Amino acid sequence: MLQKQRSSLAARGRAQAPVFAALGDETRLALVAKLSGGQPCSISHLTKGSKLTRQAITKHLRVLESVGIVHSVHAGRESLFEFDPTPIAEMREYLDFVSEQWDHALVRLKSFIED
Amino acid sequence: MNDRIEKRIELKAPISRVWRAVTDYREFGAWFCVKLDGPFVQGQLSRGQITYPGYEHLKWEAVVQKMEPERLFSFTWPHPKSLDKAEYASGDHSKDPTTLVEFRLEKTATGTLLLLTESGFDNVPGDIRLEAFRRNEGGWAEQLKNIERYVAKAA
Repeated sequence: MLQKQRSSLAARGRAQAPVFAALGDETRLALVAKLSGGQPCSISHLTKGSKLTRQAITKHLRVLESVGIVHSVHAGRESLFEFDPTPIAEMREYLDFVSEQWDHALVRLKSFIED
Repeated sequence: MNDRIEKRIELKAPISRVWRAVTDYREFGAWFCVKLDGPFVQGQLSRGQITYPGYEHLKWEAVVQKMEPERLFSFTWPHPKSLDKAEYASGDHSKDPTTLVEFRLEKTATGTLLLLTESGFDNVPGDIRLEAFRRNEGGWAEQLKNIERYVAKAA
């Protein structure tokens, strides 16, 4: 096992699954794609070109915000949303971690069978 | 194709031997490092305790999905929020999201090919792929272009 990585993931205590779930929706993926340019966007800007209402877009943004993929910042009276790549990078790290556990387990299986 | 982990390994043993190592609860426990309470039964919950040093506080709980002799063994299992001992002990694990683990066996000239997949990390129906996030190549800009392309295609 990748002890160091595992303990750092555990210590961070961030739930990976909600990140997966938050991204498991096409509207939210589209919002992430729009925000990924790095420029904070207003809800009106994000609603433009969408069939969804402002309220629906806001709800999706709140889901992304709850797992830390976007943050809202205030600019005057308006709320702007900006992208934060950290949770997605951590999710990738988690997948790599699970993948590595399987590598180790399969090596153990191989020696269990062949030795 | 990449909401999943895929592994393949060649084993120099007949398929019957590999099947036993994967589906006999004692043999599975020996290499996986888990002490299981009893045999795997299709459709039933399998319980036990991880025995891997440092992780003995983790419970094993999986639901056996398929047991097709010498072909396919699969189960779903949970991914807890935290593996930290104290956090794990105090957590409610009834709602931990689950993934599907599949062991597929194929006979080869020299033994057995084992294909392992773990899928369902997004844990939502609809088969949303997150491949753009999972590629190592390219920077973030490239990754996100992939998302855009994906979203455009899916729309």
